Amino acid sequence: MSSVNYGSKRIVTGAGYGFRDWLAQRVTAVLMALFTVIVLAQVIFTSGPIGYDQWAGIFAAQWMKVLTFCVILAMLMHVWVGIRDIWMDYIKPVGVRLGLHMASIVWLVGCAGWAIQVLWRL
Amino acid sequence: MTELARKRPEFRNINALTDLPSYRLPAAGWVSILHRVSGALMFVLMPFIIWMFDNSITSEFSYAQFTALFSVGFGFVPGWMMKLVVLALLWAYLHHFIAGIRHLYMDANHAVSKEFGKSSAGMTLALSIGLTIVLGAKLFGLY
Repeated sequence: MSSVNYGSKRIVTGAGYGFRDWLAQRVTAVLMALFTVIVLAQVIFTSGPIGYDQWAGIFAAQWMKVLTFCVILAMLMHVWVGIRDIWMDYIKPVGVRLGLHMASIVWLVGCAGWAIQVLWRL
Repeated sequence: MTELARKRPEFRNINALTDLPSYRLPAAGWVSILHRVSGALMFVLMPFIIWMFDNSITSEFSYAQFTALFSVGFGFVPGWMMKLVVLALLWAYLHHFIAGIRHLYMDANHAVSKEFGKSSAGMTLALSIGLTIVLGAKLFGLY
């Protein structure tokens, strides 16, 4: 057996090395960054207060609704990975951690459902 | 064990109250911890963010309710304080966004030199605060 057990030489056994989460974190980030640039550009280069028509106009097009929908789902995944990292770093008792994981999932799924509901009825 | 080996200090647990105030983080360290803090802040205030999205976009009537939040306030909380909460959220979003792009750039380019870490961290801090000032000016009706 090689003495080097990291990087490409690492002997991978079992499952759950976190690569999928790591990758999901980045893929969802790219999508949200794209969304951010699109919205930011339309908000920042305006003069005067933004009225309802102008604000709702940003989300009026069908492609923007689809993008926003995807961003909500991406955010759900992204925040789950991030918040789970925080709990794993600071919360050591397994029972408390499990409770916080469950609470986070409920919190996030609830928020995502609400956001999609808002988007759907536009 | 030699005298020298025994005297080596060990740092195991960082005490938040006694150790953290004297810590001097490099710029990259600040970007890193603020990335986490801003993410946690947005997680906690997520229902408020969706409430704002809901009311700002559903109808002209709800839009008026949304803007009243910042002029009249909510309950005993004055409008300007709501604006400060939103300003904090703006900063959190922008910092998280720019620090995230720095992450993606580093992953894509393997740009992990000490110099790049330092300069890009400084840029991240400056750019996120700069953009927060621009959007804050919008929030407070300066342009």
